[in-house]
Amino acid sequence: MAVSVNEAVSAGPAPDQRPPGRRRRGRGRVAIEVAVLAVLAAVMLFPVLWMIETSIKENRDVYAIPAKFFDFTITLDHFKDVFVASGGGPSTLSGSFLNSVIVAGVSTVLATVLGVPAAWAYSRFSVKAKKDQLFFILSTRFMPPVVVVIPIFLMYRQVGLFDTKLGLILIYTAFNVPFTIWMMKGFVDEVPAEYEDAAMLDGYTRLQAFWKFTLPLLLPGIAATAVFALIFSWNEFVFAIFLTSSDAVRTAPPAIAGLIGGTTVDWGLVAAASIVFALPVLVFSYLVRKHLVAGVTLGAVRR
Amino acid sequence: MAGIEVTSLHKRYPDGTVAVEHVDLSIGDGELFVMLGPSGCGKTTTLRAIAGLERQTSGDIRIGDTLVNDLPPAERDIAMVFQFYALYPHLRTRDNLAFPLRAEGLPKAEVEERVGEAARLMRLGPLLDRRPHRLSGGEQQRVALARALVRRPRAFLMDEPLTNLDAELRADMRTEIKHLQGELGTTMVYVTHDQVEAMSLGHRIAILNKGRVEQIGTPLEVYDRPASLFCAAFIGSPPMNLIEVELADGHLRSKSGLALTPPPNLPRDRSLIAGVRPEALEVTEPGAEGSVPGRVVSAEWLGDEIIYVVDHGDQRDVRVRMPLNVRFAADAPVGLRHTGGPPPVYDASTEELVA
Repeated sequence: MAVSVNEAVSAGPAPDQRPPGRRRRGRGRVAIEVAVLAVLAAVMLFPVLWMIETSIKENRDVYAIPAKFFDFTITLDHFKDVFVASGGGPSTLSGSFLNSVIVAGVSTVLATVLGVPAAWAYSRFSVKAKKDQLFFILSTRFMPPVVVVIPIFLMYRQVGLFDTKLGLILIYTAFNVPFTIWMMKGFVDEVPAEYEDAAMLDGYTRLQAFWKFTLPLLLPGIAATAVFALIFSWNEFVFAIFLTSSDAVRTAPPAIAGLIGGTTVDWGLVAAASIVFALPVLVFSYLVRKHLVAGVTLGAVRR
Repeated sequence: MAGIEVTSLHKRYPDGTVAVEHVDLSIGDGELFVMLGPSGCGKTTTLRAIAGLERQTSGDIRIGDTLVNDLPPAERDIAMVFQFYALYPHLRTRDNLAFPLRAEGLPKAEVEERVGEAARLMRLGPLLDRRPHRLSGGEQQRVALARALVRRPRAFLMDEPLTNLDAELRADMRTEIKHLQGELGTTMVYVTHDQVEAMSLGHRIAILNKGRVEQIGTPLEVYDRPASLFCAAFIGSPPMNLIEVELADGHLRSKSGLALTPPPNLPRDRSLIAGVRPEALEVTEPGAEGSVPGRVVSAEWLGDEIIYVVDHGDQRDVRVRMPLNVRFAADAPVGLRHTGGPPPVYDASTEELVA
């Protein structure tokens, strides 16, 4: 008993002394953290930096040994080559970028237009075997593209979708709809159904109530979901390379991959094409970042 | 204004759950009618069917003289207040109030007049230009009430409107709602799981359980003579003591020997359970006249009264409500006796009131 009382007393002044000690420890800790993170960032970002450097180096600087880090002449020729063919006129790569924009854009819009109302319906209505249906929808994503691409290739050849943009749009939409439904259902669940009930009592139909009241509240979620769907379609490689054969239909990922190979590789062009390819998603994510954060964390707080 | 008739209501969802088994209600014009029951008893589904937000599987709903089975919610001329208020988050209070009126297409001057009137009635003046997220829970609920008022509907439907408020505010709002309903004289159907709310608000109370109506009556009737064991165990805090009794030599006696005044016309050939309110029992000094020996298991001081839990040799301990000036220590030997009139008696197998 006496011992425990002594401890309690001696523990009294300790808190007064702790803050400066903690601050000192904290400062040292911060320094270490910053150092570790800086090293990590340098290691992680080095390929990206190198890619950017390569894209603005002259070809002879690209192949220089020892490698030139800083003292090279800057050129934007590679970026020009990405868009303009050597004889003038648009290059094949620029066509591929346009294809990527069309395929990724249309499939994202389709997946959103189909998936959001479906998610709303699954969230609001009592549907027979709802859980089984939702599981079935999710299960279509269980198999990686590389597993299903051969049967899809055969089917596409039969129905004439092989080597068409429509074919790619359809397959990307099919892959994005389950994801959209699942992610959006979470967002719809968070919006109280009472808004729609109140609107219906105020004279709106169920669909109007959804359109006018629930949909605006879902916008952050839709933005987040659409960005993910867009990134998937934009980056997708396996379907794109198996289901297309002509330059007129080919999207950017297989087109860029196609630059590597043959006897010489124009690394400057590869780097420039990669940067042009990576930029739109970065810019888009940056523009909707607020919505992304709101969207991703929406489910975290219970009302 | 109009009464509401619900006949043989049955609601079964596509996934097979039955929310409402069979409900008949006859709600009078201008009545404040409370539906009370535990969660999942079907009270909210019944209310939503009246509102038209759910389509019943079978049964009829009439508001006034109109059969409203196939009318959409907006054409039923009712207003509803929700548990989560459901104020439109992007609209200021003023526009939230005006919203249903504009949806009806009323002229601007009348919209303003009615909004002003509702705001005055609910004392919303300073809140008119705020958006819902800048209002406290109580303020939001007042706005929600006002939004229901502006419509001048034939009936109000209230879906647990006070559940999300803290206790003090809830009591204030309860008074306010009751006062408002009395003033306007509009029919109101009020759903709650809180018996205090039901008792203090309702002209009549319907107690629902498992999709059926167990009892409909005034608060006093429901309190004094619960129609079934379920009601007996649900109403009152603490609820009735349910004591197994036998009829012997003109007395109802529990196994411990506790004697109760028997109600007339008791059936003889059934096992019976008496419902005894905690205030109809008395803890006495051990050996007092007419008492059975017992022991205080615990005592809860509630400020104005004490609830004693007394073991009197029966299977279940009984709860006794006593004034503060009678004090017994825990574990003290005491006497227990019945002081009230004849208690309601239930059939142990059917769980229905028999006398």
